[in-house]
Amino acid sequence: MAEKLIKEMGLPKSMANVFAARNITTAKEVLSLTEFDLMHLLDVGMAQVSSAVARISEVACPPYQTALSLMEQRVQKEEHGGHLPTDLKGLDEALCGGIPFGVLTELVGPAGIGKTQFCMKLSLLASLPAVYGGLNGHVIYIDVESKFSSRRMIEIGVKSFPDLFKMTGVIQEMAGRILVLRPTSLSKFTESLQQIKESLLQRQVKLLVIDSMAAIISRGYGHGASRQHLLGWHISFIKSLAEISRIPIVVTNQVRSQTHEEGCQYSFQVQRTEDPAGYDSHLVAALGINWAHAVTIRLVLEAKSGQRFIKLAKSPMSPPLAFPFNITSAGISLLNDIGTELKGAEINRIHYHGHSEIINFDGKGCSDKWGKPT
Amino acid sequence: MYSWMELGRLRISTSQRGKLISAGYSTLSSFSSLTPSHLARELMIPEEEAAQILKAASDNSRLDNTDGGQAIVNGAQTAWEMLHEEQLFPRITTSCADLDDILGGGINCKEVTEIGGVPGIGKTQMGIQIAVNVQIPVGLGGLGGKAVYIDTEGSFMVERALQIAEASVSDMSEYNDLLRKSHACQVSTKPIDILENIYYFRICSYTEQMALINYLEKFISEHKDVKVVIVDSVTFHFRQDFEDLALRTRLLSGMALKLMNLAKTFNLAVVIFNQVTTKYTEGSFQLALALGDSWSHSCTNRVILYWNGDERHAYIDKSPSLRSASAPFSVTGKGIRNSASNHKRIKLM
Repeated sequence: MAEKLIKEMGLPKSMANVFAARNITTAKEVLSLTEFDLMHLLDVGMAQVSSAVARISEVACPPYQTALSLMEQRVQKEEHGGHLPTDLKGLDEALCGGIPFGVLTELVGPAGIGKTQFCMKLSLLASLPAVYGGLNGHVIYIDVESKFSSRRMIEIGVKSFPDLFKMTGVIQEMAGRILVLRPTSLSKFTESLQQIKESLLQRQVKLLVIDSMAAIISRGYGHGASRQHLLGWHISFIKSLAEISRIPIVVTNQVRSQTHEEGCQYSFQVQRTEDPAGYDSHLVAALGINWAHAVTIRLVLEAKSGQRFIKLAKSPMSPPLAFPFNITSAGISLLNDIGTELKGAEINRIHYHGHSEIINFDGKGCSDKWGKPT
Repeated sequence: MYSWMELGRLRISTSQRGKLISAGYSTLSSFSSLTPSHLARELMIPEEEAAQILKAASDNSRLDNTDGGQAIVNGAQTAWEMLHEEQLFPRITTSCADLDDILGGGINCKEVTEIGGVPGIGKTQMGIQIAVNVQIPVGLGGLGGKAVYIDTEGSFMVERALQIAEASVSDMSEYNDLLRKSHACQVSTKPIDILENIYYFRICSYTEQMALINYLEKFISEHKDVKVVIVDSVTFHFRQDFEDLALRTRLLSGMALKLMNLAKTFNLAVVIFNQVTTKYTEGSFQLALALGDSWSHSCTNRVILYWNGDERHAYIDKSPSLRSASAPFSVTGKGIRNSASNHKRIKLM
């Protein structure tokens, strides 16, 4: 709407001509100037400028909806009430039905914890027929680090839905619905995002996965302002993709160790002398606070005392909950559907205690040896 | 000034003046704080007529200033009138009594309140809660108004709004049962009515955001019962993809001014949410609200939501009338509520 043309807005002819003469053609250009700037630039009176700006604003402004009509439109008309069920009962309940359409959901955690496993499971679920809880659609999977494995995904499918995958041709059909892209550079990634924007609307694409966002951003640029700016563009673009196409977008993020000078307090807070948990090794998400604001749902995957946990660290509809999980041949599954509520710094802290042990032994029946969650 | 003079100077008809006097209202202040419907009942006149009288009375009290011999600017008010008005307008509760306390009773009308905090602290939930609470009927101490919700991030979850609305309705009827012994006032609000009274705008670029802020004046003059405008968040589009920082500052300050005017003109509360950034000051990195220093002057009140150990707290960072204080709050299944641990109460700072 911002790109709407001034001459099509029904302004008085004289005023429309003044704008045209100064080469101001879109609402965006007008609204980027203050009324005084406009008076100066167009050389017309305040009253005329005000009424022109009012008119242009009214046209450029998107229409409203009541929250009720929004609910009728989303919850009642979209598949599964506008959610992609994750097949993890406790998590789905907390998220009002699964990964919501139209927003960004982030998975963050250390390498090997199961982010890609989760992404593959979600891709499979989105492609399944609706009777099996899926969205019966296509999936675009942007695989930055070449971690996607068709074999593994099919294994998850066969183990989770044996009845369905027994039928002939199902494997081919389901796998055929998942389109994997492997961009080699940030510019290729940006290019394919722009192409995706068009194909999302034409094809029956029901899920977009970007694994991993942190990898592609760090591959492209170093640190500092240019990276921030670039990330800003991508945040904005990906969020608008989700919004326009009303599909869930799942993005993974990596971790890094927290540096000491990093601020985690406001100036008015009393400086804590020593963080009691300071010596406890923990990590933070690789993409910073600007990114964290942009994602609507953040799921943290971590390992604590040899047990994997999935934490609902940010969500507008649920308290912060932690669920223990493991990874079997059927993919990610929760050990307990009742989450434990978390508080304070614990919500965003990413543990990797006994992490290496799980990576080495999990799936071989040895994980019990490493004890229960504390 | 003599009371008969006060009434005599009102721009109302003689018969209306007669009705006022015979109902016992001989001074302006005796009836100016009544609601139109109350006055209509008292004088046995239609509600529109009562509203006209009240408008004439409020116009007159502004003209009054001339008699004081003070230098007068059109639209100015004396501090006394402002005090009177402040007491007149109810505030929007946050559903957390401790937070209401440090806010002086809740979110104030006629003011712009900025609320900021780290991701996941509960900004959007607070926004939804306020959009629901502004609808608490006048009979139960609320404003009985509607809400404009400006969503720039797409984070408004309608399922969550429904949960909060349901909790609010059940709280209201509980409260009403307590009151019913003295008053017979039925709570007929349904959760879906609450959703219907939230006007939701989804904003996808800063241009749309500017356009909407300009258009709001017209929108609200057509929807006079809007009592709160919520912007969640003001930051998003100005933070991404914006190179010209001088332009950003100009646009933001223009927007803040318009929102402030809106709050004053229509007697409504404006609540804007801001994100957090890290800032290097005094040799260390600290958290601070985004958009820079010049923006921080733009809002009347500034509240920061933060983690104090394991508990969510709200801190009044800036306010001309409130003292710096912090109060715990919690985000529950029902929405924003008092913190569960009651031993830690409000802390003055």
